[in-house]
Amino acid sequence: MAFADILQYGFIQRALVAGSLIAALCAVLGVFLVLRRLSLIGDGLAHVTFGSVALALFLRVSPLYVTVASIPLVLLSSLGILRLTDKARMYGDAAIGIVSSLGIAGGVILASVAGGFNVDLFSYLFGNILAIGPVDLVIAGVLFLFVILVVTLFYHELFAITFDEELAESSGIRTAAINTVLVLVTALTVVLAMKVVGIMLVSALLILPAVSALQVARGFRTAILLAAAFAVTAVIAGILGSVALNLPAGGSIVVANFILFAVTFAWRKARPLF
Amino acid sequence: MPVDVVTVEGLSYSYNGAGVLSDVSFRVRSGDYLGIVGPNGSGKSTLIKAVLGLVAPTGGTVTLFGVTPDRFRERQKVGYLPQRLKFFNPSFPATVEEIVRLGLLGGKRFPKRREAGDDAAVEKTLGYMGITDIRRKLIGELSGGQQQRTLLARALVSSPELLILDEPTTALDPETRENFYKLLQHINQDHGTTIVLITHDTWSIGRYASRFLYVDKRIIFDGTFDEFCQSEKMTAFFGADVQHVICHQH
Repeated sequence: MAFADILQYGFIQRALVAGSLIAALCAVLGVFLVLRRLSLIGDGLAHVTFGSVALALFLRVSPLYVTVASIPLVLLSSLGILRLTDKARMYGDAAIGIVSSLGIAGGVILASVAGGFNVDLFSYLFGNILAIGPVDLVIAGVLFLFVILVVTLFYHELFAITFDEELAESSGIRTAAINTVLVLVTALTVVLAMKVVGIMLVSALLILPAVSALQVARGFRTAILLAAAFAVTAVIAGILGSVALNLPAGGSIVVANFILFAVTFAWRKARPLF
Repeated sequence: MPVDVVTVEGLSYSYNGAGVLSDVSFRVRSGDYLGIVGPNGSGKSTLIKAVLGLVAPTGGTVTLFGVTPDRFRERQKVGYLPQRLKFFNPSFPATVEEIVRLGLLGGKRFPKRREAGDDAAVEKTLGYMGITDIRRKLIGELSGGQQQRTLLARALVSSPELLILDEPTTALDPETRENFYKLLQHINQDHGTTIVLITHDTWSIGRYASRFLYVDKRIIFDGTFDEFCQSEKMTAFFGADVQHVICHQH
């Protein structure tokens, strides 16, 4: 089947558009998170999303709206990570570990108490981008616009706290508020990304395009734009490759991202030789 | 006529029950070049963090341009160069120009946008600091001296009235260090910028600073460097050998 034929299917078009929007969001946020050594917050929040999905299914929320219903608990958990880091004298990785394991534990317990769900909870673990429906596409579009607006409005503050939090604070930037904005938009994005690659692979969308961009970028703004471009390229290559080779889309997207990382890494290493 | 830029009255700070600063009082007036010296762990950095509002004192009051730090909004009036960046990442992808531009955020209201005059201020500062030719380089590609010039340019780009520096020469070789002190002197004398400098380099303080503050959890001495070196009270406090080392360290 030719690529032109594949592109005529509505489910492929939706997957390409929604996947590109969500992957670009993940990549943009990923640059801030990776440089602030908060890469694993995506992994932690994805695990919380597992618990939130289980709770939504336990409360008999329609599968169409499970994603939206999961958002409040994931947002609260992201604030919990910040609060633990700030007040409980622990580093961010420990706080992420606690909230993350609590999310998984809650999900497993709820699934057990419910005796299983009609919808396979474990399908959320690996995602199914080709099953993205019109409602998901609208949600992805609205949240894309919202998150991009927030990042644009707070770009200078986010750049400043990523470079050095103390210097930013000395310039009058309210670092606690900006940190809260960053984890909240990350939480929103992680819930959305669940549909693309599944809970297990969300952190790949946050980390891989960002670290690929950091291999070659010569400027902060360039790093953000390159990360988004790499993420969209990987989504398109991953989806088309998965259809052509009959492979899982989520895994293919992550592998495409990894190939881009390998190429950029090799480019950086080889550049001094030219 | 000089005005109070910083006032510190009865400042105390403790951390986990341990006293870091106790009953510290001093003033910095416009045009001053104040050198703050003291042993490691004497509370010098905490003192200027309290002045900047980065830590909340447990007692006493601080004002910056007549306002408490938490209410102080005209952040463009203050330039700050820390001892070291807390989590400096050598592969951070910011260029020299992007970092210098960060210094213009202080005092801007939300949403912080690029304003007319920003580009001219950046150009002028890059030229003044002699780093125009490396403006497109990444921070991790610079030598220690170039990094320090870049961070000083970030602190200066908003034309601050007060410049606060915390051990800025620690990582510099002697020649670069001397050039750095000459640059600070130029900023102080020709531009009238008030300078507060923390350092272990007492000899340079003696040469360049107009006032000398010796801190060891409290104010031990406040005056000129010559007064310090000739003070019998300080000889009695430190002992003649230690006072000699402080006054002739170079």
